[in-house]
Amino acid sequence: MNTKDKMNILFRALLISAIGFLSASCEKILPSSPEENEVLDGTIDALSTAETAKFLRGDGAFTRVFTSSTGLGPLFVSNSCISCHAGDGKGHPSTSLVRFGQINEMGNQFMNQGGPQLQHRAVVGFMPETIPSGATHSTFIAPANTGLGFLEAVSDADILALSDPEDKNNDGISGVPNWIELADFVKPKSNAISKNGKYIGRFGRKAGAYNLLNQTVNAYNQDMGIVSSFSAKDTFSGENQEPEVSDNEIMDLVLYLQTLKAPLQRNVANQDIKDGKALFVKSQCSSCHIPQMTTGSSSIAGLNNKTFAAYTDLLMHDMGKALDDNYTEGTAKTYEWRTTPLWGLGLSKDSQGGKVHLLHDGRAKSIDEAISLHGGEAVNSREKYSALSTNEKQLLIKFLESL
Amino acid sequence: MVKQYISVILVSLISHSVFAQIDSTLFKRKPKADSGKMNIDAVYNRPFLQVGRTPLGIGGYAELNTNYGVTDGISEGLSFQMRRMTLFLGGSLHSKIKFMSEIEFEDGTKEINIEFAALDFQFDNFFNFRGGIVVNPIGAFNQNHDGPKWEFIDRPISATQLLPATFSNVGMGIYGKKYTKQWVLAYEAYLTNGFDETIIDNEFSRTSLSAAKANKDRFEESSNGKPLFTGKVAIRNRKIGELGLSYMGGIYNKFQDDGFVLAPKRALNVFAIDFNTVLKKTKTTITAEWAWINVDLPSSYAVQYGSKQNGGFVDVVQPVFKKPIIGFSNSTFYVSCRLERVDWNTGKFIETSTKMYDETFSIMPALSWRPISSTVIRLNYRRQKQRDFLGNPPANIGIIQFGVSSYF
Repeated sequence: MNTKDKMNILFRALLISAIGFLSASCEKILPSSPEENEVLDGTIDALSTAETAKFLRGDGAFTRVFTSSTGLGPLFVSNSCISCHAGDGKGHPSTSLVRFGQINEMGNQFMNQGGPQLQHRAVVGFMPETIPSGATHSTFIAPANTGLGFLEAVSDADILALSDPEDKNNDGISGVPNWIELADFVKPKSNAISKNGKYIGRFGRKAGAYNLLNQTVNAYNQDMGIVSSFSAKDTFSGENQEPEVSDNEIMDLVLYLQTLKAPLQRNVANQDIKDGKALFVKSQCSSCHIPQMTTGSSSIAGLNNKTFAAYTDLLMHDMGKALDDNYTEGTAKTYEWRTTPLWGLGLSKDSQGGKVHLLHDGRAKSIDEAISLHGGEAVNSREKYSALSTNEKQLLIKFLESL
Repeated sequence: MVKQYISVILVSLISHSVFAQIDSTLFKRKPKADSGKMNIDAVYNRPFLQVGRTPLGIGGYAELNTNYGVTDGISEGLSFQMRRMTLFLGGSLHSKIKFMSEIEFEDGTKEINIEFAALDFQFDNFFNFRGGIVVNPIGAFNQNHDGPKWEFIDRPISATQLLPATFSNVGMGIYGKKYTKQWVLAYEAYLTNGFDETIIDNEFSRTSLSAAKANKDRFEESSNGKPLFTGKVAIRNRKIGELGLSYMGGIYNKFQDDGFVLAPKRALNVFAIDFNTVLKKTKTTITAEWAWINVDLPSSYAVQYGSKQNGGFVDVVQPVFKKPIIGFSNSTFYVSCRLERVDWNTGKFIETSTKMYDETFSIMPALSWRPISSTVIRLNYRRQKQRDFLGNPPANIGIIQFGVSSYF
């Protein structure tokens, strides 16, 4: 066989390969979707066409990158929502934020010195903020965004029903709501419960935000330096300014956050997972991280009277001295933290750069470490966990990683 | 200016067609490049159509393709794209004075750019003056980017988004070549208007030199009054191949205004190395380029914007079948592959001492057919992985493209 014949054969082989390549179904040679329960993004069920369109616009708002010419800063923490909530999941220490200035329910004494949030980055030509002398502070890792609509739709009455400030059942746990003052643009729900003119906060590590509009507007303003008609005060100058983001864009983003699906548990039927869950309950972790809640009525069908498993009670708990940063919001004490929802915990590393950074400031590098740092009302649970055998601990962690 | 330019081209084309109706033999293709041609020659190493004995040369190329892409199982479906139509217009006013221009229409008329429009004055082979809108010679692709010369529909990621490709600017400089029997030495050195702060303040959410392409004011005035230097030295051994080393650097930020100092001067430095060769035995063409970027950032700036970047590509192109087909006497089929990698943010997080990512990796096998050397029909398949700056699980991207690119 001479060279020419060899080339002929090679050419025909390539031609056949090309035809095969073309005729093969695209699904086989193009990347497939990850399993629904392996990612955090996606919508709740039963969105209407209009809601879906709004969700997609909200998704665009969530990924929008602001620049100095579109309103970023001049002082800011980050330039987009997605930079702190990659894949709608928990944040990374590099994009954490710092709040300062409030040590009790008397309010923030440093509001006229840049409080409550530190903007530690600045656009070119500006100097970033620093923490004022004498102000205590706390660092916050961005929480995951998923399932927030369910948490928002829980009625105040249901949250209060879980509260036990006097610890009447003697289980050592006395969750309380964080009563907060509402900003002018925040309207309480029709069935809202108030106390001395304050309402139950439920979003943020200190539950300092009342609803997702409150949370979103604050994030635009405090995290990105973007003023809106809801919150017109510029964080740098302190002056009111023309909106840099439209009300529609904000409302699209609010709906996006409301309708992101709840994280789906994996391997639910696996016996190890079941055993792990039993140990979770036995260790009384479920006293605060309660496995099931129910939404009240909602105008969004997929959120209306739904049962969900967020593993939170939305209440504030004493977490002990080790987690007391001497900073707080609302009526919460500096050592009190809102029970973090555990759903999506197993996917946290996929938004945190491959390693978990847990607790409010990301100090815990594993679930085991996070549990061991629980104090205050959680001491009993921590000790019960410590008393488990190595195998039992692994089962419990396996369950948590399935969430 | 663009309108005037288009008018000149249209007049040229109309007169061209009038001549064509009279006697098509008046047209002739300029002879192709010799083996000593280098990337520096790319601006003239194109098939021009000359009209009789006039000093005018016209030409251009167009690119059309289909695009079907999927990211993590989600597709926007099939699109047809007319990525660009580029027109060349050049002329010799004298044997030592030449003018060459290149106007590009991208995505229909979404973008119209004068990519190149310069007057060349030759003092000597080794010393030529060039002034006008020049393509900054950083890397090789920026110099030699005509679609029909490549077996891949997409331009290299490193050359388009990192460097950026076809970044042209107003300025002037010198260039030249020196020949010996085995070696050719070439150089280019220009001072032009430069970059601006959009390279670190842009919607890409990463340091991006290509973001500065959106600033059309650079054709009118410098953003900061400081010229950008771009220089390249290349050496070619006629048996081995061509090696190029290039540098581009200058102040990118507006550090003063109206006599007031606004900020410290901040510099960017870009180094690139490029190489190309044809293996004699197998006629395999290998083209490679790598670039390193260093940008002085304010210490308080967003962490997504990296101060160091690097990336590049390697193309391997193998002719596999050359045979007359349906009247094309030099018809040739090629099998090719491109490997690409770009690290948009080299460094470590202060908070965790772990690596920053924001990386792109891509492999792109390709089949192509050149019925004639200046026309290529291409089938490309790209698999790409894109990691965000935190290093989370990558987005998996797959793209199938089919298209044609041809000089005309």
